Amino acid sequence: MTAGKKLDARALRADFPIFEQEFHGKPLAFLDSAASSQKPRQMLEAMNHFYETSYANVHRGVYELAERATEALEHARERMRGFVNAPHAHEVIFVRNATEALNLVAYAWGLWNLGPGDIVVVSELEHHSNFVPWQFIGGKRGAELRLLPLDDQGELDLSGLDELARGGNVKVVATNLVSNSLGTINPVDRLVAWAHDQGAIFVCDAAQAAPHMKLDVQSLGADFVAVSGHKMCGPSGAGALWGRTELLRPMEPFLTGGHMINSVRVDKTTWGELPHKFEAGTAPMAEAVGLGAAIDYLEAIGLDAIEAHEHELAAYALGRLEEVPGITLYGPPAERRAGIVSFNLDGIHPHDVAQILDLQGVAIRAGHHCCQPLMHKLGVAATNRASFYLYTLPEEIDQLVDGLYAVRKVFA
Amino acid sequence: MSDPGLESLYREVILDHYKNPRGHGVIEDADAEAEGQNPLCGDEVSIYVEFGEDGETIDDVKFSGRGCAISQAATSMLMEMTKGRTADEVAALDKDELLAEIGVPLSPIRLKCAMLGLTTLKVALHKAKGTPLPAGLAGFDELDLS
Repeated sequence: MTAGKKLDARALRADFPIFEQEFHGKPLAFLDSAASSQKPRQMLEAMNHFYETSYANVHRGVYELAERATEALEHARERMRGFVNAPHAHEVIFVRNATEALNLVAYAWGLWNLGPGDIVVVSELEHHSNFVPWQFIGGKRGAELRLLPLDDQGELDLSGLDELARGGNVKVVATNLVSNSLGTINPVDRLVAWAHDQGAIFVCDAAQAAPHMKLDVQSLGADFVAVSGHKMCGPSGAGALWGRTELLRPMEPFLTGGHMINSVRVDKTTWGELPHKFEAGTAPMAEAVGLGAAIDYLEAIGLDAIEAHEHELAAYALGRLEEVPGITLYGPPAERRAGIVSFNLDGIHPHDVAQILDLQGVAIRAGHHCCQPLMHKLGVAATNRASFYLYTLPEEIDQLVDGLYAVRKVFA
Repeated sequence: MSDPGLESLYREVILDHYKNPRGHGVIEDADAEAEGQNPLCGDEVSIYVEFGEDGETIDDVKFSGRGCAISQAATSMLMEMTKGRTADEVAALDKDELLAEIGVPLSPIRLKCAMLGLTTLKVALHKAKGTPLPAGLAGFDELDLS
């Protein structure tokens, strides 16, 4: 991969079979990649190849096929280790998605380490997946949930951090690196430093960051990092949690059962080594292999090139959308956001906007994006969200803007 | 869903109900009321019912809240359909009666939008009468924030 290489979205689209069809007689402008990305043929073929040549249950069989399957799974783990630049492969735990990763931390760490007088800090920008587990487990343990507020630009306001810490022990700070609803890139480095000053752990939801920018858990400094494979060209059903060895080792398990044990006796069961202690049951093997192939695919294009492409699209989209009468745009300026644009049209509900856009072949998200506390802050029930990825073309944004004029005409 | 096209889904009558909702407002000290939410989009509707002297006839019914054109128009139509009918009759109202009034095919997601008002009204009536919620409404009641 060459530094500064620009990606060719038009050429890359040929890798994505989904774009070969039309919707409502029009080419599909798929602007909902933040919900889940489309899948390149290379990833699909890797999964198929695994099923056709190397499939058996891992870590148990002594026959060659089982060894081959185990090798494929562990190779995928090594690919994920490299992708997030983790120091050790045993710190990479395969889970279903970022939601499961965050629940793992809330249950296996929070349930045992939180108590009355403790504070968990989450942001107003959080996806429900990094909000509800802390509200639930923190609440169960008598800890308090405190909200890191947003400013008018849709960026985290860090000025009140020390105020938040008053009246309790901050034990957990949990925020996303990139907001799934506004695209805001959060100042996680400052939050990590502050969390560690308080003696707290920092839990980073990187589900929306991993597909779009180079992720380095060591330079990030967080203690746990959650990633969803399906947002980064991987299959649904495979994601990863990275955690520091020194935190993971003493933790109790999240799910118990097969594979995660050392020995089971009627009177006592002992847990297996990392990462197995946190991987009860049969792993999503083919999905992990697909995720490994997705990482190969993204790295061959270059995460820097993907990030630059999305910034360009975000800037273009913000400029074009601004022209539309009656539009309200949410979130920070293009240079401080990923390829996500949230907006509302005056007096027209997002469901209606998205439905009419669908008839123009434009797929966007309409709803609360699993961020109801944020919607509440913005004073709306829902927004429209257009999101971009490596295969998004500027013409698709034009198709969106044309579609918005059609929406306005219906409601004129 | 077959492709209804713009003209069909957002036909004149739906837009008219959306822009000029019937029975929009609040009844203070209502005899029955409930609040409903659509967890998919966060839309909210509150419904207020006033009974006549017989304690059965729906003398007045109003709604407030926010939502998409389909949910707001369907609730507006519902206000017209139910005023003057009895609580028992409306609590058992077949959703097809409302769907016929809406008159356009709806995808499963939009069906939830269309049903928000009717479901909330039924919850309000059952609560006021102290009758158990039918199975289909039980989950809805848990979402009820009123």
